[in-house]
Amino acid sequence: MNANAKPFWNPYLAGAGLGLTLLLSYVVLGTGLGASGAIARIAAVSMHAAAPESVEANPVMGPWFEDGNPLRHYLVAMLVGSLFGGFLSSLAAGRAGIVVERGPRASAQSRVIAALLGGALVGIGARLSLGCTSGLALSGGALLQAGSFVFVGATFAAAFAVAPFVRRLWR
Amino acid sequence: MNLFALDQLGTPAALAAALVLGLLFGFWLERAGFGSSRKLTAIFYFRDWAVLKVMFSAMAVAGVGLQALALFGLVDTSQLYVPDTQIAAQAIGGTVFGIGFVVGGWCPGTAMAGLGSGKLDALVFLAGAMAGSLAFAWIAPIFEGVQGIGALGTCSISDAIGVEPMTGAIGLLVVALLAFVMAHKVEAHMRNVPEIGEAPKGSDAR
Repeated sequence: MNANAKPFWNPYLAGAGLGLTLLLSYVVLGTGLGASGAIARIAAVSMHAAAPESVEANPVMGPWFEDGNPLRHYLVAMLVGSLFGGFLSSLAAGRAGIVVERGPRASAQSRVIAALLGGALVGIGARLSLGCTSGLALSGGALLQAGSFVFVGATFAAAFAVAPFVRRLWR
Repeated sequence: MNLFALDQLGTPAALAAALVLGLLFGFWLERAGFGSSRKLTAIFYFRDWAVLKVMFSAMAVAGVGLQALALFGLVDTSQLYVPDTQIAAQAIGGTVFGIGFVVGGWCPGTAMAGLGSGKLDALVFLAGAMAGSLAFAWIAPIFEGVQGIGALGTCSISDAIGVEPMTGAIGLLVVALLAFVMAHKVEAHMRNVPEIGEAPKGSDAR
């Protein structure tokens, strides 16, 4: 991030833009936005290179390999798109830069270890929940799905409860 | 009514459309500031409620918009793919996810926007998320009992309480507006509260 970085956009403007994108996804694809499903597929394909039989025999991942390449899936295309969207937006705003972002009291090492551990929990939680903040909370929430709000409530309650114990990472 | 049936989502045209939608998704996330894990986690210290503002305004815009299109017969919401409700699994999964969110600093979508803006911690987080997804695939059998509790399939709150879908969407909008008012009040209060280890506001102590 450089000194000329532009400020973030108004959250309601960004939220409305995100909402219209979600609306467009429902109209065009017949389904909402998502992210964690593609991450699970990429993980499965990576492991498949090392241990094909055990991945294909797995009841969760096996079905993804039955119709050919698991990466030939709209969620994977969407995930790749979101990477480029983030890249182009940050570049245009002068916010792009290779960093390990952390609070003023955190070491890069502790931040990286926490990122790995937190990522693993998010990976497990998303699969158990059948989705993440994109596919379950946002996309399901727009259509008032009960499970989406159960997930949102549990996610925020847990994060607020644990936040004081990891304050050093962020503040 | 949709351009693609659910079994056509692997066609090149659908994949191209998904790529463009993903690009817009990542763009809006980064514009909102969600390519920054410090910005994302600030809500959990009550300081910056952008996560709530962006999420609920997006939900309300898409929800009211979809129901408006449905009223004009332009979208058949019964044909849309929506995530199933599994109350117990999503309560437990959401708890695990929430801990991972505040420890890791990202959720999957925002980590992609963060990686796109150069955050190495997002790359590590995504590697962790892949490991977690694989781990779940092996431990899934232990959750079979849990997944059956409160497994309601497609279950909208408006159907459950017996109101029109548009009424439900407007209800969501009203709840969102109330949440925004609360968020602004908390933010205004927290501006006068010093960070731990920081000199109190207005004090000249070093």
